[in-house]
Amino acid sequence: MSSGIATDHVNLNSLLADSNVNEVLQELDTELIGLKPVKARVRDIASLLLVERARKQLGLVGSAPSLHMSFTGNPGTGKTTVALRMAQILHRLGYVRKGHLVAVTRDDLVGQYIGHTAPKTKEVLKKAMGGVLFIDEAYYLYRPENERDYGMEAIEILLQVMENQRDDLVVILAGYAERMNTFFKSNPGLSSRIAHHIDFPDYNAMELEQIADSMLKKMEYRLSVSGLEALREYIPKRAQQPHFANGRSIRNALDRARLRQANRLFSLKDRPLSRDELMTIEGEDLRNSRVFT
Amino acid sequence: MKITQGTFSFLPDLTDAEIGMQINYALKQGWAIGVEYTDDPHPRNFYWEMWGNPMFDLRDAAGVMVEVLACRKAHSKLYVRVNAFDSTLGFESTRLSFIVNRPKDEPGFLLRRTEVSGRQIQYTTESYATRAPEGRRYE
Repeated sequence: MSSGIATDHVNLNSLLADSNVNEVLQELDTELIGLKPVKARVRDIASLLLVERARKQLGLVGSAPSLHMSFTGNPGTGKTTVALRMAQILHRLGYVRKGHLVAVTRDDLVGQYIGHTAPKTKEVLKKAMGGVLFIDEAYYLYRPENERDYGMEAIEILLQVMENQRDDLVVILAGYAERMNTFFKSNPGLSSRIAHHIDFPDYNAMELEQIADSMLKKMEYRLSVSGLEALREYIPKRAQQPHFANGRSIRNALDRARLRQANRLFSLKDRPLSRDELMTIEGEDLRNSRVFT
Repeated sequence: MKITQGTFSFLPDLTDAEIGMQINYALKQGWAIGVEYTDDPHPRNFYWEMWGNPMFDLRDAAGVMVEVLACRKAHSKLYVRVNAFDSTLGFESTRLSFIVNRPKDEPGFLLRRTEVSGRQIQYTTESYATRAPEGRRYE
């Protein structure tokens, strides 16, 4: 090896700057509310890849780390959004070549009849190569109650590609925590090939309020004082009801509030409406929700 | 006699890395990629056997290479080519096509001259390989 600083030192800072990965991490921090453990894990993975890159520059060979992941958490906790960001991070750090995300569910992988599954799964895998394959509600792939189910075939092909073409694609399995756990227990081969298990915690009321706030900002709406009060009462009430889906429920609530606001404004159609009125969601818009009855 | 059909056919055979780069280029143009094989090297034989369906919506050459390698493995003694099809209105045709596998021994063509009426001559080319029945050529 030739002498000189250039060949036996690398500067992680300049590597970081080169990769532009900080932007994505920053976006992750500012755009996604809460999710502290998730963000920490994403940072960990980013540093691992950065160090790996530095090692490569100095000629240290090591096999590429396995980066298949599982995202577990309740609905609406941001699994898909984080997967999208993850694809960007992996792309900027040079781990995947294209950095696109292919999101699929059981239907896209498992066929209808004998011999249909393998080509279908392979096609999806081919589309995902160079990027990230995100399998939502992955546990539906495995149906132990039906021994003739084709899901197992899809899992086997998946396993093969996850093992042999590690540098061609990253697989992220996502779903509810409990069902994922039983899924992994009954498929130890799959579980052992997944290095990173990331758990997405539920949001607390404060975080949900922040989420509502940022969603409204994006849609160019705002809450009046009574609207904010109503939202603060609404969130814990909605959280107790069945089928609560964290961020998604908040989005739906806001969509319905917009609907009611539009109705309310429409009843005032005889007089001109100000910009302010068009933007503001009042308390009554939220309070007319089913949750309050 | 090395068959020269399609793009790059006057160059030495492409390596896998080079094939991957060409495929990446084609994918970047939004072309659909198909893999085909044949044991009839006649230049007018346009219809090669398809190796699976053409591949749409791929982003990276790795996906195509899976099929190229599989087809090569199954038909290592035959011709295998990669076609890139452009579906843009007005093109709707193959934009790039190159051979990625060829038999070790290519026997070449016979030029047959047939004398017809007057002093006319009709020319026909025939591959020596096609004298054996289909499936038993290049063995």
